[in-house]
Amino acid sequence: MNQQPPKSSARLDLTKGKTSIADKIMPVLLFLCASVSVLTTIGIVYTLLSETISFFRIVPIQEFFGSLKWSPLINPKSFGIWPLLSGTMLITIIAIIVAVPIGLASAIYLSEYASRRVRKIVKPILEVLAGVPTIVYGYFALTFITPIVRSIFPDTGVFNALSAGIVVGIMIIPMISSLSEDAMSAVPDSLRNGAYALGATRFEVATKIVVPAALSGIIASFVLAFSRAIGETMIVTVAAGSTPNLTANPLESIQTMTAYIVQVSMGDIPHGSVEYGTIFAVGMTLFVITLVLNMLAQYVSKRFREEY
Amino acid sequence: MSTTTEAPQVKETTKTVDFKTIIDIKDMDLYYGTYHALKKVNLTIPEKAVTAFIGPSGCGKSTLLRTLNRMNDMIPNTRIEGLVDIAGTDIYSNEVDVETLRKKVGMVFQQANPFPKSIYDNVAYGPRLHGIKNKAQLDEIVEQSLKQAALWNEVKDFLKRSAFSLSGGQQQRLCIARALAVNPEILLMDEATSALDPISTLKIEELTQELKNKYTIVMVTHNMHQAARISDQTVFFLNGEVVEFDQTDKLFSNPSDKRTEDYITGRFG
Repeated sequence: MNQQPPKSSARLDLTKGKTSIADKIMPVLLFLCASVSVLTTIGIVYTLLSETISFFRIVPIQEFFGSLKWSPLINPKSFGIWPLLSGTMLITIIAIIVAVPIGLASAIYLSEYASRRVRKIVKPILEVLAGVPTIVYGYFALTFITPIVRSIFPDTGVFNALSAGIVVGIMIIPMISSLSEDAMSAVPDSLRNGAYALGATRFEVATKIVVPAALSGIIASFVLAFSRAIGETMIVTVAAGSTPNLTANPLESIQTMTAYIVQVSMGDIPHGSVEYGTIFAVGMTLFVITLVLNMLAQYVSKRFREEY
Repeated sequence: MSTTTEAPQVKETTKTVDFKTIIDIKDMDLYYGTYHALKKVNLTIPEKAVTAFIGPSGCGKSTLLRTLNRMNDMIPNTRIEGLVDIAGTDIYSNEVDVETLRKKVGMVFQQANPFPKSIYDNVAYGPRLHGIKNKAQLDEIVEQSLKQAALWNEVKDFLKRSAFSLSGGQQQRLCIARALAVNPEILLMDEATSALDPISTLKIEELTQELKNKYTIVMVTHNMHQAARISDQTVFFLNGEVVEFDQTDKLFSNPSDKRTEDYITGRFG
């Protein structure tokens, strides 16, 4: 016989607690907040897509990608995207040429050379640069950079791709330097010490250890900055002109995709017309380019990731 | 390996070998800002032997180790007075090129810190840094260094694999190989085994016995028994001072300072 010991007479009342209606409502509320951005994205894609499809019902897609002339507002009408695309690419390439070396060099300086005190002062200043309204940059390009460009190349028009491109580049420098610096500062000091102990100089440690180790973050910063440059609107609207122009000459007036969308949205083009539909087709093109670029960035940053 | 007596067991070899001095430190003081981290250090370190620095945490043993390859230069507000002479050169004189010094005085850290690169590239990193580009020559250096670090047989078939695929003990031996690849005279080991398991530790201890035929080894260790097992000379630090240094068997069996005796018999620390 195994005799059970007598049961304790203690009683716990576990039925009452803090669980209330708030606990049930909060997740729903938070979910709704989180849904806003997702729904917005879906809404944007839906609008873009439906308007683009109805645009392509009237203008054949072969013309959109086949024609080399963009003049949807003036007869004879022509709907070839390439002049706008080349305008955007020209601006972006100039911006990259300006921003990548300067941005990366600033990041290396801040992360590897600057004393803590200097970094604490310089980094916020750089980030202020990112907060300047782009319309201000636009007038900076038009009234400051353009005269300089024209004094060097007298044939340059008042509106030209070069000034706008340079200033878009200046605008994205803080993005590259700040994000790259974050990535480089995250590289552990033990790696730096390992290299110093082998007789590496500061510059060798920066370029051969820190930059490779932070490469995925650095590339991510580049691509974010590129997307920003491609989507930049105000600077190019103010300073680059409004002449759809299939050219590689940065001294000419051009028009980017974004500037075109501004031009049409601001004008008195009737809603629902073919001319109005063009901005959705152009917008869709812009959207696809940035989407592809972002996916590329994800792939590249995974491919180059050095674990530490 | 195990120790049951009060004072650690001392190995029996190298009792009466005469060593030549390679490092000579005279009246050296080191300050971090206003903090006096090392006080009037006088110390000689023998060539092609293992010297162990022991003492409680914060006693300055790692600091002294880092003065030998000037890694303390990296810490702002560090000030050094006195003489640190390595093989006839005052390494703190203005003519000394710090990078060349660090090439000659290699270092292995407490935490294995392989670069996020392949095993091969880790070892080849130093030689490449110092200008060797020839593939065959690099191959030779990598093989020799990995062999010296007793790692070659374990990794020779996957040199292209990431250094992070290795175990902790293997990573530490890789770091030793990396340090040896630039052909140093002196190898500094800053608690190089303290993050490792006993078997890996034993491997590296055995390795030091091999390496001392060719290199001068200076190691910081938290583990007195390790100092007793593998070092030829032991230096005992306390509060930034060198209390005593002597041949290891002498220091452990017959310390001349009461504080040394108290420490090695476990009365504090």
